[in-house]
Formats: sequence, structure tokens, C-alpha cells
Amino acid sequence: MRLITHNMLQCHVKNCNDNNFPLRLEEVEVELVEADFQPEFLQNIIGKLEWPAFVNTAVQLGNTNLPATIPDNAKDNEEFLKVLHTALLETHVQQGKMVCPNCSHVYPIKDGIPNMLLAEHEI
Amino acid sequence: MIPTPDLSHLNSKDFRNIYEPAEDTFLLLDALEQDQDELRALHPSICLELGSGSGCVTTFLGSLLKPSLAYMVTTDINPHAAVATVATGKKNGISIDTVETSLVQGLLPRMRHSIDVLCFNPPYAVTPSSEIAGNGIEVSWAGGIDGREVIDATLPFVKELLSEKGIFYLLLVSDNKPDEVVSLLQVEGFNAHICLQRLAGREKQLIVKVTRRT
Ligand SMILES: C[S@@+](CC[C@H](N)C(=O)[O-])C[C@H]1O[C@@H](n2cnc3c(N)ncnc32)[C@H](O)[C@@H]1O
Ligand SMILES: [Zn+2]
Repeated sequence: MRLITHNMLQCHVKNCNDNNFPLRLEEVEVELVEADFQPEFLQNIIGKLEWPAFVNTAVQLGNTNLPATIPDNAKDNEEFLKVLHTALLETHVQQGKMVCPNCSHVYPIKDGIPNMLLAEHEI
Repeated sequence: MIPTPDLSHLNSKDFRNIYEPAEDTFLLLDALEQDQDELRALHPSICLELGSGSGCVTTFLGSLLKPSLAYMVTTDINPHAAVATVATGKKNGISIDTVETSLVQGLLPRMRHSIDVLCFNPPYAVTPSSEIAGNGIEVSWAGGIDGREVIDATLPFVKELLSEKGIFYLLLVSDNKPDEVVSLLQVEGFNAHICLQRLAGREKQLIVKVTRRT
């Protein structure tokens, strides 16, 4: 799972409606996997990210290269796009867990696959 | 020619646990291929497939869009399928992230109105309703009454997921009463029509193409 996917996942336990994003990463194993740098794609995806959540998550994983806010010239700032590329598309969480900051539900990540399934009574 | 995904890393033992691509899968690939110019011109940034099984469809879509890059993401309730999807992407040079979940649980509200291409080859066979529960190979086909139960559970999400320019490709068979599904979608305000159909043995399979009305 790349960090872009982590940025899309939210706790969906019944009645857990506030403060349930982003899921906190714990006990993670991270792998860096090189990927093609595609500025056009990054330019289009920026608007779909929850930026502060993304930055915080990267920091949790030891990547402090992302700016706290998206630069005004983001679209033609190649240096920024490269940093974004690495954090968003090359950082893979292979093992670990995601914990809801509100209800503490644990969603496991195994072999790079996040498991968002809940038991019947949790839905 | 868009290459049919290489699945040589999966063997008959794997296909005891995950759905092996069949006529329905290939009909969906053909619908995508038929629309390749439109799909490329769309410049999709997020493509989501539900129930990706072996990963054949999303891998094919990723190859079709090349050299353009999109965020390819899929879900499957079957853990073996989730692993296979990622592996198939890797084998064919397409990065896919897969989430083990039912339909889109956990992906909303974040993915609201952001899916540019949505695909689903659902479990569509007529079976007792009880067979839908579970996460093994049987949920690859078990569709309950009229084979419609998982399909009907999915329809309300289409409005949530599709972006302004988004396209949804849904495979159905004649038992699913496709005309009824098309009108349900039209009542919801979508453009929906059957864009491709074919006989597979005695079963008619077809693809419904859905867009927002502009
Ligand atoms: C007919 S198979 C299609 C597999 C693959 N997309 C293809 O075309 O070859 C249906 C797939 O949907 C998955 N599935 C069934 N119910 C599901 C659910 N509620 N949520 C997510 N996936 C589901 C099955 O595990 C299976 O992989
Ligand atoms: Zn929660």
C-alpha cells in the first residue's frame, strides 16, 4: 500500500464519525520502491489529497521533506513534485497496523494489503 | 493492440481460491478496448475496480492508459484475490493498490466524486441469498436473488463515487434483468446504456456504461 491509499482510508466502524481520519500507522515496515516520475499525474492528484494528514503520516514514517502547506507554484515546482512523488507513490507500507484515532479500531496491513473489513456487529 | 495481462505467475491452485478470468472478464476488457480513445482523452487520475479478483481488468486498463499514469486502486473481499491483484499489476508493470474490504467500505467519504473510471464484474449468478456471506471463491459468483443482491448493494455508491467526468462499466447477465438495472440508473439521473453484449454458452453477458448526465 502506497501512502496515496492510506490518504483515502477512513474508519467506518458504526457510530465512529468524528476524528476518524487519518488512521494512525503503527509498527510498520516500509519499503521504498522506485516508480516513474510523472509530473502531470502529480499535478492532477494534489487536489484530491488531504494535505495535513498526508504530511503528518509521512513525518510518522520519518520523511520530513514535505512542506506544511502546498506551495503556490506547486504545479511547476519540480523539486516539490519530486518530494511529493517519493512520499506518495514510492513509499509502500508492507506490514503494520492502522489505528483509528477516535475509536482505536485496528485495521491490519499484511503483505502490503490493508484490511478494512469489519465484523458484522461493528458495521 | 493492448496486451492481455500476463497471468503466468498464477496457477491452477491459485484459481481454486480466486476467480479465473473468463468470458465475462474478457467482455469487460473488450468494452474498455472499444472505448480506448475516449478513456485516454479522459486523462483519468483515479481508477477504481470493485472485486478485482486476479487483477486482470485493472492491469489491462492501466496498460491501455500508458504512457499516462493514473492511480489504480481496487477492492476485493477475498484476501487471496487482493494479493493476486497486486501481483498481477507488478508482473505487468502496473502499480495497483488493493484494499481488502466489502465494496467500498473504508474508501468513502474520501473518494467521494473522485473516481474517473469505475469497473465492476460482480458476482452475478442466481444463488440462494445465504451464499453471498463469506470471503472465499464462492463469493466470486454468488449473487443471491436474480443474481442482483451484490449489484443492488453497489448501485447507491455509484453516485457517491463517480467524478463529474467519470465512467462506470458494469457487467451483467440476462438473469440480472439488465433493462431494469439500466432504468434504475437512469432514474438516479445517470446516462446508462448497454454498450456491448455477447452470448457465453446459453448466457447473455453485457456491459452497461454509465456516465453523469451533463
Ligand atoms: C466475477 S468475479 C470477477 C473477478 C475479476 N474482476 C474478473 O473480472 O475476472 C467477482 C469478484 O468480486 C469479488 N467480490 C464478491 N463480493 C464482493 C464484495 N462484497 N466486495 C468486494 N469484492 C467482492 C469476488 O471475490 C471476486 O473476486
Ligand atoms: Zn473509528
